[in-house]
Amino acid sequence: MASSKKLNSNIPEGQLELKWTTYRSTVHLVNPANKRSLEVLIIGSGLAGASAAATLAEMGYKVKVFCFQDSPRRAHSIAAQGGVNAAKNYQNDGDSVYRLFYDTIKGGDYRAREANVHRLAEVSGNIIDQCVAQGVPFAREYGGLLSNRSFGGTQVQRTFYAAGQTGQQLLLGAYSALQRQVGMGAVKLLARHEMLDIVNIDGKCRGIIARDLVSGKLERHFGHAVLLCTGGYGNVFFLSTNAMGSNVTAAWKAHKKGAFFGNPCYTQIHPTCIPVSGDHQSKLTLMSESLRNDGRIWVPKSKEHAQAIASGKMNPNDLKEDDRDYYLERRYPAFGNLVPRDVASRAAKERCDAGFGVNATGQAVYLDFAFNMKYKYGKTEATKKGIENPTEEQLTEFGQAVIKEKYGNLFDMYAQITGVDPYKNPMMIYPAVHYTMGGLWVDYHLMTTVPGLYALGEANFSDHGANRLGASALMQGLADGYFVIPYTIGEYLSEEIRTKAIPTDNEAFVKAEQDVNDRLNKFLNIKGTKSVDHFHKRLGHVMWDKCGMARNAEGLKWAIEEIKKIRSEFWSDVRVPGTANEFNPELEKAGRVADFIELGELMCMDALHRNESCGGHFREEYQTEEGEAKRDDDKFAYVAAWEYKGESNFELHKEELKFDNIKIAQRSYK
Amino acid sequence: MGGTTGKNINVTVKVWRQRNKNEKGSFETHDMKGVSTDMSFLEMFDVLNERLITEGKDPVAFDHDCREGICGMCSMYINGRPHGPKNAVTTCQLHMRSFNDGDTIVVEPWRSAAFPVVKDLVVDRAAFDRVIAAGGFVSVNTGNAKDANNILIPKPEADEAFNAAACIGCGACVAACKNGSAMLFVSAKVSQLALLPQGKIEAEKRVLDMVHQMDVEGFGNCTNTGACEAECPKSISLENIARMNREYVFASANEKK
Repeated sequence: MASSKKLNSNIPEGQLELKWTTYRSTVHLVNPANKRSLEVLIIGSGLAGASAAATLAEMGYKVKVFCFQDSPRRAHSIAAQGGVNAAKNYQNDGDSVYRLFYDTIKGGDYRAREANVHRLAEVSGNIIDQCVAQGVPFAREYGGLLSNRSFGGTQVQRTFYAAGQTGQQLLLGAYSALQRQVGMGAVKLLARHEMLDIVNIDGKCRGIIARDLVSGKLERHFGHAVLLCTGGYGNVFFLSTNAMGSNVTAAWKAHKKGAFFGNPCYTQIHPTCIPVSGDHQSKLTLMSESLRNDGRIWVPKSKEHAQAIASGKMNPNDLKEDDRDYYLERRYPAFGNLVPRDVASRAAKERCDAGFGVNATGQAVYLDFAFNMKYKYGKTEATKKGIENPTEEQLTEFGQAVIKEKYGNLFDMYAQITGVDPYKNPMMIYPAVHYTMGGLWVDYHLMTTVPGLYALGEANFSDHGANRLGASALMQGLADGYFVIPYTIGEYLSEEIRTKAIPTDNEAFVKAEQDVNDRLNKFLNIKGTKSVDHFHKRLGHVMWDKCGMARNAEGLKWAIEEIKKIRSEFWSDVRVPGTANEFNPELEKAGRVADFIELGELMCMDALHRNESCGGHFREEYQTEEGEAKRDDDKFAYVAAWEYKGESNFELHKEELKFDNIKIAQRSYK
Repeated sequence: MGGTTGKNINVTVKVWRQRNKNEKGSFETHDMKGVSTDMSFLEMFDVLNERLITEGKDPVAFDHDCREGICGMCSMYINGRPHGPKNAVTTCQLHMRSFNDGDTIVVEPWRSAAFPVVKDLVVDRAAFDRVIAAGGFVSVNTGNAKDANNILIPKPEADEAFNAAACIGCGACVAACKNGSAMLFVSAKVSQLALLPQGKIEAEKRVLDMVHQMDVEGFGNCTNTGACEAECPKSISLENIARMNREYVFASANEKK
């Protein structure tokens, strides 16, 4: 297989371990005087956007930052709980850059690019140094050193954390660095602004059209380069752990103007989220992966019991041990409840589809702490206290105290959302969408197929292959922003020092603004009968049922047709109230959902063409006899990069993936 | 226990409507029937807006994003309390089971001179960003950092800094304060960085600059009523204000020398 001529990954020659070092020492530079006249537009203010903006401004570039929220500190990076990986080897447990690289490639089911992932592992340690220098309050040991924990099935402790709020603390660090540059006048911040198109002139990206969300006014902004740091597209499913405003619009506009979209079907579905409680549900909340250390996952063995429990006639605590099916322990004795995310999610779906779900919707399984609470922690505590024959009540009491110490905040959150006390009843959980590995295709410089247009963080496709490891999203966002783009952008901008700022009355800007304006008016003039959310929910149902945890050709073909119907109904029957010249959240949503509908179709096409199962992409036709994912490395060891050719028309380009430094193997957890 | 825990209730919502910052606003009353107590408070507003849209009316604008209590964007003043009746909970984490059948619920925007209304329940909190830009940072450029474990920080100090850093910047403290003071917000950032060795070097300049900016923005004075701490969804402690006052007095004295 050879890569498409339209895709040049620009991976430097040479030995894997030396590529980045050599690149950094030989990449073209821009002198300080020239930097002052070069403008960079950054869309999005999460970990990738804020860190890139702060760093580029420190280096002397003129920077503008755009975010749709009221403040850059709201970006959804803030919600990440677990931690950030770094190959520091502070625990002396055998970690190294190579091991982090290896774990990430393997975790991604051998569908990521070696050179990018190795660079990520190389700069991971610098991220921790930088964050600590900024005053990020990571967890510490009594000796004052940084604390680590293990995460996501790796065999070393390389995860740095700040309680269950690591994303918040890292984002506030990057936000502080960004605000420092705002205060110094080096960054112009445009909050409550949404990018609605990119502007290309003579084959290069030269700016954007943005809408001031308060006044509704459209604005033209010139930039020598544009960075999309706009996150993932999990909200295509309507229900996900993403924030309500997370959207694909910036990436999708870029896609329609020439940026190829990489691996759109790779979606990560997290196994432990609080289940849907009714039709009113607007979003889903994650319960940290760490709970699976002490919680056992089960459903009843018989459908009669499942129905009795679901209808409230039976208390799950009263169901006998023999009548429970600990299905992960049964299917995967070696890893049990700690199988990787994709495997745990699919197994829960399988049981619920078969009619064993334990809530009214039939879509929930139990995560039960009672056994370990009593017999692991309760007994140990009793022994410590010298009680030889503790009563059941004593075991429960002692065990609860330990569980509270370990997971108290998560148990409180669960009780707040569900109204059920998780100390007395098993938690109900179900898988939910929470990250997208796919995104805009980028080369080694993080540049898309449009010169001058870059994509960073979750918005690009580059580092996680078909499945992301826990605590690696924060690492990638900050790596791209702090340590990669500041070097790689010089390669492009060093050729642009003679480009004067292009006046925004240039016809390309005028035309782009007119197109955006027409589209906004089109939404408003449909004056149909159904809300934007109505269509978003319908799209979400189709995507979840046919392009979610398990996919098959028949379902995907049906979904593609169904999405076309949703699109045509949307454009003839949506109702968007208000005008374009005011603060109008419904109008914002309409634009985002229109883009999600188009993306949804491409995701299904990508999933349909990939006739194999890998990572988060599970095609029911391609599984082993035991129901495990079956990759096809001969035919599908490539990145699928889709070129937009018009409505419902996308051309596939392939970037071949070569593994020179890792031996490819099948994953097994039995 | 296996199925839904909820029941349905009827409530009356009196909600503040205001087209923009220049026009006068007023309350509008809506009867909400058959509201599931499993719904979050914001989902109740989603249902209301869905109804308003189908009736051809203007939906209620309100700020919200993560809906898991961490982004700090949601900001409703519910029955006279920022973020509503439950302690240490943001509006998005408030559920309808905290209300009773037949309740009338009054919902207003944050009210403060420094937070002008944008529309309905949405206010402009950019003043907070400007306070941070004035000094809420450690001046360290990317690439300057030394190895992270070369900076030792005792665990109690690290934990206390973390507790201050847990502030989500929602502005409930300002909304709760009869003077519209931002002392809890500003002191949380001053404290976090004053407690850590990385932040000590520019601690004096930081507190002076941030307090100056706070005054420029039109936030009121602190008269120690403690309403901010009581209403803070992240339980940020009043001790931070005391620490900031000490830092400020010390810095002012040094500045005069």
